[in-house]
Amino acid sequence: MTLKISKAHVDAMLAQSRAEYPDEACGVILGPQGKDQALRLKPMINAAHSPTFYEFDPKDLLSLYREIDDNDEEIVVIYHSHTETEAYPSRTDIAYAGEPGAHYVLVSTREEIAPATEFRSYRIIDGVVTEEEVSISE
Amino acid sequence: MTTAIEVRIPTILRPFTKDQKVVAASGETLSAVIADLDVQYPGISERLLENGALRRFINLYVNDEDVRFLGGLEAPVKNGDSITILPAVAGG
Repeated sequence: MTLKISKAHVDAMLAQSRAEYPDEACGVILGPQGKDQALRLKPMINAAHSPTFYEFDPKDLLSLYREIDDNDEEIVVIYHSHTETEAYPSRTDIAYAGEPGAHYVLVSTREEIAPATEFRSYRIIDGVVTEEEVSISE
Repeated sequence: MTTAIEVRIPTILRPFTKDQKVVAASGETLSAVIADLDVQYPGISERLLENGALRRFINLYVNDEDVRFLGGLEAPVKNGDSITILPAVAGG
């Protein structure tokens, strides 16, 4: 699988990650049901307000799923930032990954270690992490 | 006919429900509904409960209200209610 994503969405995720630093930033990109097209970016509030943890607020989570159902959409991408570690799923990310159909995108904002921001995508299914190609379009 | 509570199943648990998105169950408390679900779809309760308590990263709602504010597993339910199960979107 390859994640196909627009440069505007990548830029928006990076900007949000920097803006919310030192907390982890998070959100989703939605698309029409069954199409695997990342079209509509929706930043979410990190209810944990933490540099080492993120969680969608349970109320926001329910509203999100209701909205998706109403619009015949699906969650194509679930993204969050790592503030001081690489853009690779942590043990907690793997343990709590609950959407087998989603692309899990990790953004790392640790600029002192990596001069360029890291941006990587994975499938996380039954505890197994598989990195995938990312194809960014203009 | 007592099976009048609608339960919405998230993608990750649909292997238990033969891919059904919405199933019917019965019970007067959330706990009883989960027990009934487990009779119909064996194994599903283990994905919702841990040591007899709701798993931290499973969110359950009765009629759009988070059950943590309704008494947790003892939350009362009645015919016509709708229960939604959602895995938390969370990580480190």
